Amino acid sequence: MTSSLRLRAGLVSIALLAAFLGIWHLATRSTGPVATMSPEYAKLMGLTATQGKSAMPGPLDVGAKLWEHLRRPFYDNGPNDKGLGIQLGYSIARVGTGYLLAVLVAIPLGFLIGMSPLLSKALDPFIQVLKPISPLAWMPLALYTIKDSSISAIFVIFICSIWPMLLNTVFGVASVRKEWINVARTLEVGTIRRAFTVILPAAAPTILTGMRISIGIAWLVIVAAEMLVGGTGIGYFVWNEWNNLSITNVIIAILLIGIVGMLLDQILARFTRMVTFPE
Amino acid sequence: MSMFDDPFDADRNLGAGCVCGQHRSAREHEQAALRCEPVESEEKRYEGVIASAVMRAMFPQDVARRAFLKSVGASTALAALSQFFPLQTATEVFAQAGVPEKKDLKVGFIPITCATPIIMAAPMGFYAKHGLNVEVVKTAGWAVIRDKTINKEYDAAHMLAPMPIAISLGLGANAIPFAVPAIENINGQGIVLAAKHKDKRDPKDWKGLKFAIPFDYSMHNYLLRYYLAEHGLDPDTDVQLRSVPPPEMVANLRADNIDGFLAPDNICQRAIYDGVGFMHLLSKEIWDGHPCCSFAASREFITSAPNSFAALTRAIVDATAYASKAENRKQIAEAIAPANYINAPVTVLEQVLTGTYADGLGGVKTDAKRVDFDPFPWQSFAVWMLTQMKRWGQIKGDVDYKAVAEQVYLATDTKKLMAEMGLTPPASAYKSFAVMGKTFDPAKPEDYVASFKIRKSS
Repeated sequence: MTSSLRLRAGLVSIALLAAFLGIWHLATRSTGPVATMSPEYAKLMGLTATQGKSAMPGPLDVGAKLWEHLRRPFYDNGPNDKGLGIQLGYSIARVGTGYLLAVLVAIPLGFLIGMSPLLSKALDPFIQVLKPISPLAWMPLALYTIKDSSISAIFVIFICSIWPMLLNTVFGVASVRKEWINVARTLEVGTIRRAFTVILPAAAPTILTGMRISIGIAWLVIVAAEMLVGGTGIGYFVWNEWNNLSITNVIIAILLIGIVGMLLDQILARFTRMVTFPE
Repeated sequence: MSMFDDPFDADRNLGAGCVCGQHRSAREHEQAALRCEPVESEEKRYEGVIASAVMRAMFPQDVARRAFLKSVGASTALAALSQFFPLQTATEVFAQAGVPEKKDLKVGFIPITCATPIIMAAPMGFYAKHGLNVEVVKTAGWAVIRDKTINKEYDAAHMLAPMPIAISLGLGANAIPFAVPAIENINGQGIVLAAKHKDKRDPKDWKGLKFAIPFDYSMHNYLLRYYLAEHGLDPDTDVQLRSVPPPEMVANLRADNIDGFLAPDNICQRAIYDGVGFMHLLSKEIWDGHPCCSFAASREFITSAPNSFAALTRAIVDATAYASKAENRKQIAEAIAPANYINAPVTVLEQVLTGTYADGLGGVKTDAKRVDFDPFPWQSFAVWMLTQMKRWGQIKGDVDYKAVAEQVYLATDTKKLMAEMGLTPPASAYKSFAVMGKTFDPAKPEDYVASFKIRKSS
């Protein structure tokens, strides 16, 4: 029954994709040569003007270009032109660094706050104010004070991915069942041991959920940050191709950003499943 | 007109007259359109500079030199001279100049044709020739280029000509002394209107239209405002001016969000290439020979690494001189089109650089000076920009036009470097010019500001 459901769902997915590509293809077809132009003039003009080609590339254009990129993902033609693989590598490295820093800060801090109702109440207003700030709002400030664009990008990842992790850790730690803590207390387990053997395993699923939300945010932020500071990374690639008004390459970048984001999310989802326990 | 005169030509004048020796007097020299064109080869040029110095030393009086040359002939004279003066060695020593304190440099640029000399100097080897290893880094926008140069991530950068003045004055940034040793390009912008405005060629009909400019402290802003005001439109109230990054201008024009823009080239031509707009006029029709972008560095870099700075300036001046020659333009277009540099179709860049372009209305036009390259940082340009900053309320109160211009536009240093390189720098750093037929006198900036009917009252 489940396998037939999966099969049917797969078929519907494929049909939807085919319909989407078909409509896309039809909508972006060339309309054939437009108005008569002198050949000398036509030679100086782009396809949009001479053949009525849609400004939006069709799925075939995108596919061909994508194949071109996939065939040589790691070429390096100097500081401003690198293969998509290298660009994605830069972005993932930045996200990884900023995110790990955020993990190192958010989880211990969240633990402390979660275990202490006083700290929790005292820090809450700060966290609530800092949490909703858009990543790009931090960018000029970071550039100005850190004075290094790639560290600034990492800082922005850090500052934006820290809040969901922190809040989830606080919530997870604070809502560990009182019975379990009381049992630990009757057995005279020390505070540190209690934190590691009782609270951490109990709060782990919530903490990992926070981490999963954070990695999603970090990946969202990196593209915007790299578009702003430039240099390297998939965000820079999008900006550079936008500068060239190459919608084809922008679409390819969007597709790849989506795929990498999904993979990152799946990795954390797997971790979450590993620490989840049936109650 | 070659900058460096052959010292072995009896008919040339080495000493008297103007600096370049091409004209009878300094005045005539200034009146002639100044172009910096390189001699065939670098070595030849340096050799010429040395030889000329030696000849001048030997024959302080030109009459004697001419007589000598006439009697023995140029080749004999050269041979004779080389015997007792090691011309070759002297040339080599001269070409090396000081050893750069810092060889690995980063220079930021914005991907537009204005940056041509900065960009092409990398693939065409101009930096390498002057002993530098320069990485040219594409940058996302003018504000970022400003911040990264202030941060010292870049040693020097491509900036809009008014930007170093604005930064030095602390407009839109902290006041940090910046300097301009060379102008990147002159002309090279245009007013493009959406295809649907084909019939609105008279600016008087433009009331209520929306225009885009790339940055507030830019020649684009000042030229568009000037042009509109000359046609009786107040740019602050009669039309809308928006700061929009150039690539978005084309997309916005297509989407009908704006009616036109005054933008740097290849963006103008790109809009035409994609069939969304037409060239209303080239910026050179507003002011022929106006500066557009500059090559800028902070004072701190200049004082901490003077030899690197001099070598960098030499490379830029060299590249600029090379770019000013029409016959090199096709080759340059190909060199700077790849994704690593401007990242634009070669056809578009070629149309901009060679000046034979489709106008978007079905015609092909030719204007060899559509964009041109002339490195000399005229201080009167800076004074003009300051008058416009004053006119549109960007600076308030009293301005010491001359002091600011001379602090930021390093005409004296550039003059020295150009002379060393065998190029002809002009005698004075102030020249008068006309913008839409109105003459600008750099000695009377306040009167100039006051003479405009349309301006922001301050």
